[in-house]
Amino acid sequence: MTKNVIEVEGLTKVFNRGFVAVDHVSFSVKEGEIFGFLGPNGAGKTTTMNMLITVLKPTEGRASVLGYDVVKQAGMVRKVIGVVPQEYTADEDLSGYENVMLCADLYGIPKDVAKRRTLELLELVELTQFKDKRVETYSGGMRRRLELACGLINTPKVLFLDEPTLGLDVQTRAAIWDYIKRLKEEYGMTLFMTTHYLEEADALCDRIAIIDHGKIIAMGSPSELKESLGGDIITISIKEDMDVSELIRSVDNVKEVKKENGSYRIKAESGEVTAPIIIEVLRRRGYTVTRLSLTEPTLNEVYLEHTGKSMRDVEESREAFITHRITLRRARSR
Amino acid sequence: MSEYRPSILRGLLALTIRELKKWAKEPIILLMAILQPVIWMGLLGKAMNINAIFSANSLSNVNIPDISIPDYGITIPSLLIKQRLLEAFDSIGANVMQNVFGVADYFSYMSMGMISMIVMFTTMFSGMSMVWDRRLGFLDKVLSTPVSRAAIIFSKVLNAALRSMFQATIILALAVVFGLKISPTFSPVNLLGIYAAVFLLSVGLSSLFLALALRSTRHETQMAVVNLINMPLMFASNVFFPTSMMPEWLRAIASVNPVSYLTDAIRQLTIMPLDASMLVTDFIYLGVFAAVLSAIGITLSWKYLTR
Repeated sequence: MTKNVIEVEGLTKVFNRGFVAVDHVSFSVKEGEIFGFLGPNGAGKTTTMNMLITVLKPTEGRASVLGYDVVKQAGMVRKVIGVVPQEYTADEDLSGYENVMLCADLYGIPKDVAKRRTLELLELVELTQFKDKRVETYSGGMRRRLELACGLINTPKVLFLDEPTLGLDVQTRAAIWDYIKRLKEEYGMTLFMTTHYLEEADALCDRIAIIDHGKIIAMGSPSELKESLGGDIITISIKEDMDVSELIRSVDNVKEVKKENGSYRIKAESGEVTAPIIIEVLRRRGYTVTRLSLTEPTLNEVYLEHTGKSMRDVEESREAFITHRITLRRARSR
Repeated sequence: MSEYRPSILRGLLALTIRELKKWAKEPIILLMAILQPVIWMGLLGKAMNINAIFSANSLSNVNIPDISIPDYGITIPSLLIKQRLLEAFDSIGANVMQNVFGVADYFSYMSMGMISMIVMFTTMFSGMSMVWDRRLGFLDKVLSTPVSRAAIIFSKVLNAALRSMFQATIILALAVVFGLKISPTFSPVNLLGIYAAVFLLSVGLSSLFLALALRSTRHETQMAVVNLINMPLMFASNVFFPTSMMPEWLRAIASVNPVSYLTDAIRQLTIMPLDASMLVTDFIYLGVFAAVLSAIGITLSWKYLTR
């Protein structure tokens, strides 16, 4: 039986001005899994993580990491976790090597062990060549990798990643995903990550919790969540002016058909297989398909499904806004 | 594994060295740190030339008529009177300077005040750097590690103190170059006293500024607060002018202002005759100030660093 590494029960954070950032959240993370917190900006992802890593005090509820309470045994929690924050916290004026060594100092790792481990980690994230260069000269992807190395310096049992690929380009993002997967395999760590990219949660996480307005609104594996959305959307137009809704509905895997402005909006499982079958069925009955499009579930649709709104005007503090801008600017540095 | 015990000292040193490295790696900041005292001393110290006011030069345009005393049938030529008057004024001036400032040379007086001033302006950045660390996410990162919360605060305090001491050294060296008139009671051991006094005030002031910055997220606010505190602290003290010439109420403020005590200690250790009992009072006051404010800083950081 796998044991739970993180246990959270009724965790709540109310900020000074009465803003409820996290509202009675409960979940558990099993040993060795990658657990993702998915949600829009301001949903309460980072606030939840900050309570787990002992940086924020919960207003209500309890949480434990490896059996240590995050409030009463905060000191123990800090020793066994690694944190890769959303922001680029490495010091611009120091070299990559100096930055990782500073992290080692903060954990009190003996100098000789620290030196060996720092070099190992820099090798792992492929920064050995740049270890003596100032971080100022690093690209966004290199900075991310350096943050990873820092977060791993104390050989943590649980690694927390806050928006690990925020602001990075597609190639760099894929490379970071590879590192994260390798870490999990090589060290058998448990990972807790937050993200607002569905494809990221999809590529990495064993289980996902979708959070919005401080509440978990759905939880499960990526495939479970996608299925809960009811599958892909196929849009079809035909030349003939006839209602073929019933005919389409008779095709296997088709769940729902709606006629909108002369075209059919079809919800179907495994759309890439179902769409050709629909075309074939229509063709056999003598209809001519003039247009077809296939849309797989996106982040937007997940939210549409669960919250009914696609765009968000989240109230954001000025501080958070500026921090966000600094993070993005550093991510884009070359 | 994770069984290492992070000692307070290790964390404190690591964080302090980070700050010092950042400081030293930025040549412009270092250059500014050296240039700033040069400018202050050169411009302020030499421009506010109070000595010149009390010297014969300031009487050079005075018109003095010949004085004749008909009863005795003598006439004293104006030139002679003027010469005597100027001589007298010179010696009166020196006396006034000595009585008012405690030293005859105003440059010496004010350049030692500059050390206090630079302590104020160096420590005020400790709060600012706290705000920046919070904003950049570095503070949260450090808070998630087992490093002692006290080490986080004290690294800033220690950094401010070391920088103040470095700046004080530069000022002292420059003052000597520019013509500091050192008192006969000066001995090289006094330098240690100066460092100790500068250290104590730096610890006290930076703890104060850090305590104010603990929850602050905007450096604009911090800037305003710092200016509000620093300016009165500087003028309601003996940095530029002796407190004995101030109105009663201002003197009352100056007499509790720790900046006055640092300035007095430094002057006694350099340009004025040393008065042991006064010096001890200065050190006790500075010591208590540092101890109380750093205790407050630690208590507050324990409570408020984690939101």
